[in-house]
This record gives sequence, structure tokens and C-alpha cells, in this order.
Amino acid sequence: MSIIPKKHEMPTQSPVLRSRNFQEVALGYDEETAVSEAERCLNCKNQPCVSGCPVHISIPDFISQIKTRNYEEAYKIITKSSSLPAVCGRVCPQESQCESKCTLGVKFEPVAIGRLERYVADRHNASPQAAVEKPAPNGHKVAVIGSGPSGLTCAGDLAKNGFDVTVYEALHTAGGVLVYGIPEFRLPKTIVAKEIETLKALGVKIETNIIIGRTLTVDELFEMGFEAVFIGSGAGLPMFMGIPGESFKGVYSANEYLTRSNLMKAYLDDPVTPIMKHGKVAVVGGGNVAMDAARTALRLGAEKVYIVYRRSMEELPARKEEVEHAMEEGVEFRLLTNPVELIGFHNPDVPRDERNGFVTGMRCIKMELGEPDEKGRRKPVPIAGSEFEIAVDTVVIAIGTSPNPLIKSTTEGLEVNRRGGIIVTEDGLTSRANVYAGGDAVTGAATVISAMGAGKTAAKAIMQQFGL
Amino acid sequence: MYRIVNRKELNRTVTMLEIEAPLAARKAKAGQFIILRVDEDGERVPFTVYQTDPERGTVSIIFQVLGATTKKLNQKRTGEYISDFAGPLGIATNTAGKKRVCIIGGGVGCAIALPIARAFKANGSHVTSIIGFRSRDLIILKEEFRACSDEIHIMTDDGSYGEHGNVCMPLVKMLGAGEQFDEIMTVGPMMMMKFVVEAARPYKTPVTVSMNPIMIDGTGMCGGCRVTLNRNGERITKFACVDGPDFNGYEIDFDEAISRNRMYVDFERRAYENTCNLLRKREDE
Repeated sequence: MSIIPKKHEMPTQSPVLRSRNFQEVALGYDEETAVSEAERCLNCKNQPCVSGCPVHISIPDFISQIKTRNYEEAYKIITKSSSLPAVCGRVCPQESQCESKCTLGVKFEPVAIGRLERYVADRHNASPQAAVEKPAPNGHKVAVIGSGPSGLTCAGDLAKNGFDVTVYEALHTAGGVLVYGIPEFRLPKTIVAKEIETLKALGVKIETNIIIGRTLTVDELFEMGFEAVFIGSGAGLPMFMGIPGESFKGVYSANEYLTRSNLMKAYLDDPVTPIMKHGKVAVVGGGNVAMDAARTALRLGAEKVYIVYRRSMEELPARKEEVEHAMEEGVEFRLLTNPVELIGFHNPDVPRDERNGFVTGMRCIKMELGEPDEKGRRKPVPIAGSEFEIAVDTVVIAIGTSPNPLIKSTTEGLEVNRRGGIIVTEDGLTSRANVYAGGDAVTGAATVISAMGAGKTAAKAIMQQFGL
Repeated sequence: MYRIVNRKELNRTVTMLEIEAPLAARKAKAGQFIILRVDEDGERVPFTVYQTDPERGTVSIIFQVLGATTKKLNQKRTGEYISDFAGPLGIATNTAGKKRVCIIGGGVGCAIALPIARAFKANGSHVTSIIGFRSRDLIILKEEFRACSDEIHIMTDDGSYGEHGNVCMPLVKMLGAGEQFDEIMTVGPMMMMKFVVEAARPYKTPVTVSMNPIMIDGTGMCGGCRVTLNRNGERITKFACVDGPDFNGYEIDFDEAISRNRMYVDFERRAYENTCNLLRKREDE
């Protein structure tokens, strides 16, 4: 049998249609496509794909089960390593992880591992399920701070091994970045809710509206009888550019813009939380968060959406697929362009003019790429005299985050690095005994799967600590 | 779900709610705030803590009916529930080491000023309170202020009670007469706080202001509550939810803060009218 050289394409909503609705863009494989894609897997002995997966899913094994249409078996294999398969199948950057190591990929396109993972998880979630068996309790209590990808993974792994786990979430809904950050069209909230229900069925308790560092402290968690604590509190405070005009009305951090739309449902017709919806929107930054914000703006009804990024297409840090989707939908990329000032409406004659103080323009400067920096990325250098202005009604700043100081400032002996990230050992242990950490709180803004990997590592270390 | 254990109308638009939230009740201090949602899918709204009762496990807030959410909140009765209540948030007011302080509250801001006045008093400070309202029927908490103040001025804009005028008038008089305060602490409408800062400026008396910008998460994540400080010729961005809500009044860019708080006035007006219509319809049915 000859090998099909390309991945089976993922069916998607057409760009014209989807750029105006919040339904999921990628529709998922059907059964025949999934089996046919699975058959592309060579099932090679050394399994390089597994080493590319931060949580080490036995990829060829689950794909083999798809070949023989044993989907539940495939699901069981995946969930041995991953607590959130339907999420990872959608948002993992497989092209730079498992799929980048695929043997088939040397000559052809790699196996579409992510799409197969999604197929297995969705099929499982759509079928009636036997009640999850709660493991026998091992008598140990662990507190997990934050219900994002790292916290949920750590909680899930511990619960599967009999730990009594309580997850503390600051917001009113569990899921962390999966619910406030990643938009519905990329990751439907029902999928996150479903994965969380599965964890609850395993015995994980989730306490919302509790801010560790304020409502309770890490030390109090120990006083309450928890024997270990995992901090997965996420990335924290949004960064701004430090240019004039960033506080004009209509200027948002990506966190605020996405939180308003996702968590607070500002995209609905009659929302309770407002968001600036119309006109021209400029998103500053080139990561996945920037792509999410730009594509959200389109769907909210913007007439024009720009991505403003200071380097070129090649350095754009977002996933290729997200960039392609954004382009198909009509997002305009203004590359090698850096904002230097935001301009606001000012009517000196009418101080009470309601338009006063709203952003109207973005002054930018053209950039060129200079010498590579210490990371090997070519440094953008401004071209003198190349300033120009773009008319905008809304600006979204998506240039990253810095760690939240709340837990650090209320936990004595918890050491952080120069950027404020919590310092951990290879096992995720912090400078405090029995306190572990992982995800963006340690690394700064990164991916869902790397946070999950960190949650997993810490769970393993906690189990070892208790001799399990 | 969080139960309302007591509800009291202080005047026709201002209501106090005592809400069961044992963890927050143990922790909350003067100057801190909480965030609540009235119902599922409601917006997140910050309210400063009025008082706590750790033994009863309750936190009380005082609010004015201004928009859609406060309108809905005002419909809640004792024994009913609100869906979310998180806190305390923000940094408590620093009351340490101040011998003579002046607390200036305006309107419903007095509900925040009172616990701060009490905290200073409990700390041994000499407390002068100036509280201002539009008119007599809008006055709240005057007996409570009297109980924790060594000196008090009650102001009304229309002269219908107490002294006629705004809160800056007695302040200017006292400062002009040589009164030395270690600190002036002010809570109320931003425009009022701005004027308090201007009144104190010639005397270089330290002024702390309690900022109340638009917020969403309240934990530092969104940056919507950012305020700009002018410090030594530099403009510094701070987040009111984690760095505040108290700031040095001389550093705050009030014009920007006032403008930012008006970002959604149109939306808020519409939402308020919709809620009123909805409630009216429900009453008709």
C-alpha cells in the first residue's frame, strides 16, 4: 500500500462564514477520515513522536487502536498521560512538538496526530459513558492553586492516584486561560466544562472565588491540613508598551479584551459586560494571543482588523495554522511596524464632548531587521523618518504578561527569578518545602501543553514524596 | 452561592447588604474591596468592604443604585442569594504611625471612608472627618462617623443639613489656620478627590486617594483598572486592583482616570434602562 503523502485536511467553516460567528472553526474528522489518517502512521519502533510530547502520550499505540476502530481503547491510552485530550487535540502546537518528530514527516507530511487525538476525545465525549471509577483514597490531601491547564493536569493525575485534591480558582468559573483567554471558535467552552466534569467525577473538588494570597494564603492551606501545594496561578499582569496614549479609552490589554469577550460573554447580542465592537481594530503583537484577539475582533463586527508586529512574517511567534486562519478571514498584517504613540480625540472647545479621550490613531514607525540577538532572532531596528499613522477605533496590546505578585508577596520563602517567575527544580519543587509550581507562573507566558507537562511533572514528584 | 443575611436601605438610593462569606470576613480590612456577581452570567462588579463580622462570617457592602447591576442587586432581599462573592482584594489602607488624620468622604464614598476612619481611630490617631452629601435626605452613616471622629464636619451642597458647601471648604479653612495633618485620606467621586488634592497642595499635606476605576477580574490579570502616576517626571502605569486601590493623590492623573471611567456611559445607560424595563415587566406579570 502506498503512503498518502499529505495529512487529511481538517474540514473547516468557510472563512467568510466563520469570520462573523463564534462557532468552532475546525469541524473535526469523520470516522473514515480518522481511520485513513491513522493508517498513515508507520508505527515505528523508536516512537520519536512520544519524545516530542510534553506529557509523553503513547502516540503510536493510540493511533493503532484507531486503525482497528477501538476508539475507547485509544481514549484510555491518551488519558493515561493527558487529563485534557479534547483541549490538547485543539490547541497544542503539534507542528513544533509530536508532529515535528514524526518519521513520516522526513519525506512527507507528518501524521496529523493532533487531529486524531481530537477525534478520539470528541468521540468519547459524545458517547454515553460509564460512571468514572473513583480510585481508592490514599489519605493524602493536596491543594492546587489555579484551575488552568497546569492545575487541572496536576489535580487529575493526583486524583487518579487516590489523592484528596482541592483546586482553588480566583474567578467565578474554572478553566483559567482555557475559559478567559482562548476564544470559543478555537476551543468551545462546553469542551472545557466537560473535561472539568470528568475531573470532578474523579473526586477533584473545585472551589471558585478564592484568591490565594488574599482570601487564603499558602501557609493557611498547610494549616488546613493540606500536605502539599501546587501553584499553577498563570501568567498574571499584562504588559503595556510604555508609549504615550496607552490609557486612552478603547485601548485594551489582550487579557482584558479576551476576558470581556470569552469569560464575560461580551460577544452575545445583549451582553452585561461591554466591549468596543466596531470600526478599525489594531492588535499589537504576533503571538497566539494576538491572533486570538484579532480574530475575535472580526467576529465582534470590526470593519477592519490589523496585526501590528515589529518583526517579519518569519519571526511571527504564533502557530502557522492560526496565522493562516487569520489571513483567510481577512486580518491585515502590518509587519515590520512598531507603534510609537497612540493618538486620542481631543476637542479643546467642548470639554464635555463624549468623544474626548477615545483613541483615534496609532503612530507607527517602519522597522528593518538587524543583527541577530542572543536568541538568534534578528533584532528589529527603526527606520529613521519612516513614521506614519493608522486610523483606529480600538487598540489591543498583546505583547505578553509579567507574573502576578499576589502569591509571592504573601508566601515567605518563595523565591522568584528576576522576571518574577517562581523558581523551581526539575521536579517542579519551589524553594519552599512541599510547595510545587508550574505553568506560566514559572515560565512566563507559554503554551497550554507545556503548562500541562509541568503539572504532570509536579504530580509525579508529589507522588514520589509520599512514596507512591 | 452566597446568602444575604441582612438588608437595610440607608436612603432612597443607597442600600447596605450583609452577605455570608466566612473566608473573606476573616481577612478583609479597611480599604479593601470584594468582587461580586449578582447572578449567573452577571457582570463582575467591585464594591469596597464596609464592615466585617468574622464571628458571623459576614461581609457588608454599601452601594448606590447607579446602573443595571446595582439595580438588580437592590432587588435582592434578606435570605436570598447572589451567585459569586470573591475577596478581599487590593491592599488595605495603611493606618500605621499617623497621629492626626483627616478623612474626607463624599456621597456613597462615605461607606468606604467610615471603616478607614474607624481603623485610624483604633490605631490611636486623632480623626477629623469631613463628609459631604448633595442634600439632607442623602446623608448616610452620620452617627457612625460621629462615634469614631474627634472632630466632624457634615456638609451639604444645598445647605439642607449641617454646613452649607463642599468638603474642601472646611479643609481649606483648617489648613489655612495652621492645622497639621499627617495625612488626608479621601474617598468619593473622582472629581471631589481631585479637588481635595488641589486644596491640600499649597500645604504639602500628604493625600491618599482611594481609586475606583472600572474593573473586571480584580486580581491583576486584565489591566482594565490601570491608572497613571506622575512620579519624578515619569509616567508610571499601576493597576488599582493589585497595587491599590489607595494611591498618592499628588501622583494620580485624575483627568485620565475620570475620562477612562466614562468609557462605557452609553452602554451603561442602555443596560440600566433595559433592566428597569425588565423589572417593570416582571412586576406587571
